[in-house]
Amino acid sequence: MTAFDDWRARSPYYDETHEAVAQSVRRFVAAEVAPHIDRWEAEGELPRELHRKAAAAGILGLGYPEEYGGHSEGFDIFHSLTQSEELAAPGAGGLTASLMTHGIGLPPILALGSDEMKRRIAPEVLAGDKIIALAITEPSGGSDVAQLKTRATLVGNKYVVSGQKQFITSGMRADYLTVAVRTGGPGMAGISLMLVETDRPGVSRTRLDKMGWRCSDTATIHFDDVEVPPENLIGPENGGFAGIMRNFNGERLGMAMGCCAHARVALAEAVAWATTRETFGKRLAQHQSIRIKLADCERQIEATQAWVDLCAWQSREGRGRPADYAMLKVQATRMLEAVAREAAQVLGGASYITGSKIERIYREVRVNAIGGGSEEIMLDLAGRQLGYT
Amino acid sequence: MKVLVPVKRVVDYNVKVRVKSDGTGVELANVKMSMNPFDEIAVEEAIRLKEKGVVTEIVAVSIGVQQSQETIRTALAMGADRGILVVTDQPTESLAVAKILAAIAKEEAPQLIILGKQAIDDDANQTGQMLSGLLGWPQGTFASKITADGAMVTVEREIDGGAETVELKLPAVVTTDLRLNEPRYASLPNIMKAKSKPIASKTPADYGVDATPRLQILKVVEPSKRTAGVKVKTVDELVDKLKVLGAIG
Repeated sequence: MTAFDDWRARSPYYDETHEAVAQSVRRFVAAEVAPHIDRWEAEGELPRELHRKAAAAGILGLGYPEEYGGHSEGFDIFHSLTQSEELAAPGAGGLTASLMTHGIGLPPILALGSDEMKRRIAPEVLAGDKIIALAITEPSGGSDVAQLKTRATLVGNKYVVSGQKQFITSGMRADYLTVAVRTGGPGMAGISLMLVETDRPGVSRTRLDKMGWRCSDTATIHFDDVEVPPENLIGPENGGFAGIMRNFNGERLGMAMGCCAHARVALAEAVAWATTRETFGKRLAQHQSIRIKLADCERQIEATQAWVDLCAWQSREGRGRPADYAMLKVQATRMLEAVAREAAQVLGGASYITGSKIERIYREVRVNAIGGGSEEIMLDLAGRQLGYT
Repeated sequence: MKVLVPVKRVVDYNVKVRVKSDGTGVELANVKMSMNPFDEIAVEEAIRLKEKGVVTEIVAVSIGVQQSQETIRTALAMGADRGILVVTDQPTESLAVAKILAAIAKEEAPQLIILGKQAIDDDANQTGQMLSGLLGWPQGTFASKITADGAMVTVEREIDGGAETVELKLPAVVTTDLRLNEPRYASLPNIMKAKSKPIASKTPADYGVDATPRLQILKVVEPSKRTAGVKVKTVDELVDKLKVLGAIG
């Protein structure tokens, strides 16, 4: 816990308000999360009470419009990045994934939903009273969004939804789902976004156990002739694809930041170990091979962070390119994979024992490299968008 | 009533401090800094008194490097009303701090000054007592409970033998112990609102105080490492060992 804490102070994007956000979120995490995180990891989900506490602390609403109970006055995207770095402190990626699922579930509603829908849904989500999740991926395919099969058919004055969604983060606890459904013909032009309340008859769910992000509940969700009123459409019918794609940009930037943050946690733990543990008559860090590993981790983190911050700036200024977010995510997940590996090597046997943060971060490398768009899909997407065809 | 709450910028309590390789102090470069935890308790107590309607204004004071302004901002985000930053790049020693605070107290005329009983960096545990002496005000140190009305403050304090309750006539100085309360974290919207709260910038000279250190640090070393223990089989053997070590007679 020494050399990695002041990087924001040397960055043009962060000022003392970002540091104040960091301090406050750090206090929140130390008081409300750190003492319980191992239990939540074992239980497989976060308590709802945590959402309400995080809302009261201003965490859930950061960056969302004031009129819906959010906090946007004076805040920019770098406050959100700062917050996500502090939420990474316990070294449990499931915390951000599940506590902040509204970060992917709510933006489509705010961007495309009706005023009535925004007023109905956003305040109670941002207050932590309700949980919203995003449901895109299906058992038959994830990355190829344009081919999704869950169908919503207009019967009389209602849509009838049938199909399944897979790997849905916070899916077991969600009260609301932002669901991608097929309302039209094949391909991307037949896809709509739809709000589905999980207490509607015909919605059922199955819990999925997994390698990492264990405190984040993950579900397969079944829609069995679920009746949904047309006013639950988010945006125009058959106009959902663009909204889904736009939503991915923010998700990928957020995941890239999460990778940087968790890599810093892993490196901090490795450095703490290397500067105290003695082998062959000297501290680990005094062995050149170990010192090189640590500096090499730092090199990769700072390079990735610089691009994260640039992409965040571009996003704030409306100058972002989707290809950059896709490639940035690949850069970040490969960086995390490398740093988690080297940090584990430095800790040696201790990194393999449950209870070290590195052990958990190492397990969570894969979900980052696959979730939110796999590395291969990301690079292929970027290549297409850059015109390399 | 007006309350003055001094807050100090120190190494974050979660940071495992490291001694500088030249032994002149602990490493402060690139280390997380936060408000001294005992001072957070002091701020929290002042806010609670304000919420009870006893206190009308909370003034947070920090003495130290320019970045101590962030520590004041934290206090403002928690609920203090305004700040006074006394900038000095020199190490802050208890007596100089107490003198500056005494001068501020004369200017601001608070009814109550609530300080942390000590700062976690030098653990001096002197400033509150010195301040009380300089002002000639009564003191209630190591408070685990504070009750105040317009004229008096009752302080339950932790002492070696247990707990002691003292009644102080205002104005008074109180220092906080860990068990007094659990400080709140500033909500993010309050952080932004705190930006518009005023902070006055001063120097020790403004208060006629020479903050030049009087103490010289000769050497800082890591605590000695714990050596391996010995297992004993019986109570008798344990007692023998303790006798040999001189731990018991």
